[in-house]
Amino acid sequence: MIKIIETIGRGLIRFIEEFGQVMFLLMSAATWMVRPPARLRAIFKQMEFVGVNSLAVVILTGAFTGAVLALQAYHGFRLFGAESLVGSTVALAMTRELGPVLTSLMVTGRAGSAMAAELGTMRVTEQIDALYTMATNPIKYLVVPRIVAGVLMLPVLTIIADFVGILGGYIVGVGLLEINSGIYVAKMIEIVELEDIFNGLVKSACFGLILSLVGCYKGFYTTGGAQGVGQATTRAVVIASVSILISDYFLTAAMF
Amino acid sequence: MAKPESSPVIELVSLHKSFNGQIVLDGLDLRIEAGQTTVIIGQSGGGKSVLLKHMIALIKPDQGKVLVEGVDITRLNDRQLNNIRKNFGMLFQAAALFDSMTVGENVAFPLREHTRLKQHEIDEIVKHKLRQVGLKGVAHKMPSELSGGMQKRVGLARALALDPKIILFDEPTTGLDPITADAIDRLIVDTQKHTNATCIVISHDIESTFKIADTVAMLYHGKIVEIGKPEDIKSSKNLALQQFIQGKAEGPIQVV
Repeated sequence: MIKIIETIGRGLIRFIEEFGQVMFLLMSAATWMVRPPARLRAIFKQMEFVGVNSLAVVILTGAFTGAVLALQAYHGFRLFGAESLVGSTVALAMTRELGPVLTSLMVTGRAGSAMAAELGTMRVTEQIDALYTMATNPIKYLVVPRIVAGVLMLPVLTIIADFVGILGGYIVGVGLLEINSGIYVAKMIEIVELEDIFNGLVKSACFGLILSLVGCYKGFYTTGGAQGVGQATTRAVVIASVSILISDYFLTAAMF
Repeated sequence: MAKPESSPVIELVSLHKSFNGQIVLDGLDLRIEAGQTTVIIGQSGGGKSVLLKHMIALIKPDQGKVLVEGVDITRLNDRQLNNIRKNFGMLFQAAALFDSMTVGENVAFPLREHTRLKQHEIDEIVKHKLRQVGLKGVAHKMPSELSGGMQKRVGLARALALDPKIILFDEPTTGLDPITADAIDRLIVDTQKHTNATCIVISHDIESTFKIADTVAMLYHGKIVEIGKPEDIKSSKNLALQQFIQGKAEGPIQVV
């Protein structure tokens, strides 16, 4: 019994410790962000990496999620003759939840892991120390551009995912299942509010912060060589994904 | 011992440092004189790297002072520290070149960061620094395309980019074949003569140590146990020191 409490306690202490370190990194990134120079080149490079290079995977995920949603909703709604609501169901689910969450999870797998691996390798090969010795602050040079890119690009990717998701739903609903196109679109416009889309984008910006911050944190404080880099990468993805899903609940509860 | 009347470039005063309860530096005192090469020898894992990293504030001591030209760098903030660090160049054990940049960009990095030179002026300096370390026509290559010895040369060129007053070398000959190691030793001697910089080298390579040192200091049990001219060191009565420079497994130093 005592052992169980001990284990829980130790886990809790480690969690609080680590959470504090993450917040500390966020604080110093925030202070370094406002200090000149702006380092736009590094920021654009990361925006390309996080945003542009994630396009293909985000489009594929979004389109097929929308499509399968339409398919499932149709089978359910047909039972009580509500096929006309398939469009609005797909659109609501995409803009409020699936757009932001699935996009963030995909980008976590793609870019969050890469951030941890890249910074982790730089840490264990002393490249981060080398930056310090050359009077260049690595938080400013490495962490800030990644966090800025995460926060800015996730909403952009989410908008695209929302759009192709709705498009995918339309193709399945109207094209394959032969729901009336006019009713499909009209119901969608009637029910989905601008606020639904906007709140989804706010959520995705928060998720962008989480995935880039966790990726940078795990990478920046890597220890223990190649094995450490591997561990940091795995943990970054797991922690960021879980944090995104948990914070999604609370953000949704607060916003809608 | 060092002459008391000359003021040292770097002075370490009763430095204490331990990691997870293991004492690495135990009240260490050391004075580094200007314009000469000081080699710090000691066992692998004996805290030489830790000692060197204290001099450029990559590691902060638990207790004690690190004076660089009279200023205690353990009490400085990030910005003041960066100003001090511009006087330093450091060559890391595995060169720590930025693997995302070409050789030329690596050497240009400190110039881009801290000077307002134009591109063609930077190119000129990069070429000159690379020639100074005996490299030609490698500027466009990636670090991974170079051998270990060449990477160290590039690392030295990068360390020299801002014409530092103090150059730190972290085991410059470790992992190199004897011929390349000798070439690097010569490079250190030439660089020191050329620039009249203060060079601090940590090493466990005895042959190399006596080739390059003006002063030799021995780190043992977290303290400097002996410091002096190479001749004095060779004839020292200190048993640990004799064991070390003769390379014997038997003696006061326990082999772990």
